[in-house]
Amino acid sequence: MTTNQIRVRVAEVETVAAQIRRLKLVPIGMSGLPDFSGGAHTILSIPDGERTLRNPYSLMSSPYDTSSYEVSVLKAAESRGGSAFIHDKIREGLPITISAPVNLFPVDRRARRHILIAGGIGITPFMSIMRQLEHDDVPFELHYGMRSQERGAYWRQLRETYGHRVHIYFEDQGQTIPLKTLLDGQPLGTHVYVCGPSTMIDWVLNGARDAGWPAENVHYERFSAPPPGTSFTVELARSGKTVPVGPHQSMLEALEAAGIDAPYLCRGGACGQCETRIVSCAGAIQHNDHYLSDAEKAAGDKIMICVSRVDGSTVTLDL
Amino acid sequence: MVLAFKNETFRDDFTFSNSPAAIRRFPFPFVEDKYMYSVNIEPHELGPKGSVYEFPIDIDEHYVSEMRDRALVLDADPGRCQALPHMITAQWDMLELLMTSMARDYPEHFSLTRDGNQWHWINRPLGIDHKFTFGDVATLPYQPMEYIGRQCQGDFSIQDQRDGQLWMDAGIITTQADWSLDFDVGMNFFEWHAPVPLAHQAGVFDRALKFLLNMQHGRPVRRLNWTMTINSRLDTSPENYHKWGIDRTTVTPENVGDKVHLRVELQALWRLPRSNAILFSIRCYMIKMRELATVPKWGRRLPRVLRTLPDEIADYKGLTRYRQTTIDWLSKYDDGAPTSLGGGPD
Repeated sequence: MTTNQIRVRVAEVETVAAQIRRLKLVPIGMSGLPDFSGGAHTILSIPDGERTLRNPYSLMSSPYDTSSYEVSVLKAAESRGGSAFIHDKIREGLPITISAPVNLFPVDRRARRHILIAGGIGITPFMSIMRQLEHDDVPFELHYGMRSQERGAYWRQLRETYGHRVHIYFEDQGQTIPLKTLLDGQPLGTHVYVCGPSTMIDWVLNGARDAGWPAENVHYERFSAPPPGTSFTVELARSGKTVPVGPHQSMLEALEAAGIDAPYLCRGGACGQCETRIVSCAGAIQHNDHYLSDAEKAAGDKIMICVSRVDGSTVTLDL
Repeated sequence: MVLAFKNETFRDDFTFSNSPAAIRRFPFPFVEDKYMYSVNIEPHELGPKGSVYEFPIDIDEHYVSEMRDRALVLDADPGRCQALPHMITAQWDMLELLMTSMARDYPEHFSLTRDGNQWHWINRPLGIDHKFTFGDVATLPYQPMEYIGRQCQGDFSIQDQRDGQLWMDAGIITTQADWSLDFDVGMNFFEWHAPVPLAHQAGVFDRALKFLLNMQHGRPVRRLNWTMTINSRLDTSPENYHKWGIDRTTVTPENVGDKVHLRVELQALWRLPRSNAILFSIRCYMIKMRELATVPKWGRRLPRVLRTLPDEIADYKGLTRYRQTTIDWLSKYDDGAPTSLGGGPD
């Protein structure tokens, strides 16, 4: 394993909104879980028959209470197994393993003021971030957009906890986040953060760029689930092994299923840990990550095996 | 383990020396008869009993005297300890890591009792018994990094992580091999490494940065670095170059054995949990040529390493003036026999 693994038990399962479940995880055989910083995520490894499902989820509980961790899981429209398992099969008491927390979405601690923009399930990293900002007594405001009251999670409790600092918007009531006004006229030292659907992230990034925000003051977390595709074969140049990749499997998952310990951290194309050199490729590379530059993607000699794949017959990797 | 702390100096009369046991455990950095830069990073896992790797934080016979020297440096130049305001959470992370490690691994010398945020720290070698509130700077006589940094061997810098970079935004640096915290503070990973020759072209720093950005809490890593120092001076800082630079001209064939020291830094890196910063510890070990030559393998290997060292690296490390004199002195210990792989004594 490339990440430290921790054994936990699912202590609570609660449906908090349509298609959204909250899990509370408590340690097995330890008095507490590792400390973490707001915005960190963990990877849940869930045994499902012969398979092990591994998905990243943001930690939404308080960084100042590590007696348990909490995550929220949205049932994906086309679940690859993980979110469907959590919604349909998971029961309180189930032992699972999680990875030690990793933070790819930390706040900038130099900031004088933080503007947090969340869409839907993208609220989760901000739940722990707001605890931290409150603890550190730093000004912040949250702008949280949801489809509807029924499909939105935690908005009532957030409003109660943080009062006027929380602004909520329901799409079905015609409410939208006033991005232009929000980005205009902020004091120096303000940082903006966005987590939500890809289109929302692009909307905020483009808006901030057009409003003249420095790139260092704009932060986002974009995790991709590995998109499906067609079957192909991975050949491993060093070990000589051949591994088939199914249409709904990522290369990383196929390698793990074959008992090969490949490196990873985020499993969402963001961190760069699973970057692998391509020896040769019979087919078109489909880069689905947010890590490689456009030039690196065009060069075609590296691939992030957690989310990217090949439309073709075979790819040979330097593994 | 109960340590017997030596009373010695790292300035003026330079009474520093290593006991035979300290010589045996010296982290000799050369694993073969030549040296070149590499990303020589390995997990900072617990090593053999008695070695410098036995515990995450190594305390040895020089502890009390080194802490006395650090206090002298900080009194004369408070700029050796600096932290930008946003690093306060990371300072507490560092204090926790060091106190818990020292108390767990050297219970005869240090103890830590925690009741929530009410902490009780006892440092017997330095005669400190202190109750404070974790997270409340007003309950400590210094900021957390300086407080614990004055009680732990090794220099420390803390790197903030943002925008895909590491920024040296805090540090307590008093035993440095000719670099300045005051100059580097606020710089990023590429900026503070800019003076290093050859390694940039080899892509060493690009690979190292990517590795460090993905470092995980609970999985520290380490590497060894080295240089040479004339006299057992811990504070070879640019700020004091006028005091020690001239020492390099004082090496003669007669005094090499006592004056010339191999200086090895055990550098470890830790992801800090609450701040997401990275702590970098630079633990300095010195050994005189006369002490080093008591280990036959090291006496054979070091002259071979120095002879084949690229000139750029010798210049960067400041060895040029006395390199040949040192090789000549060491050569009587090199009988030409082959040496075994790895740095430890045979």
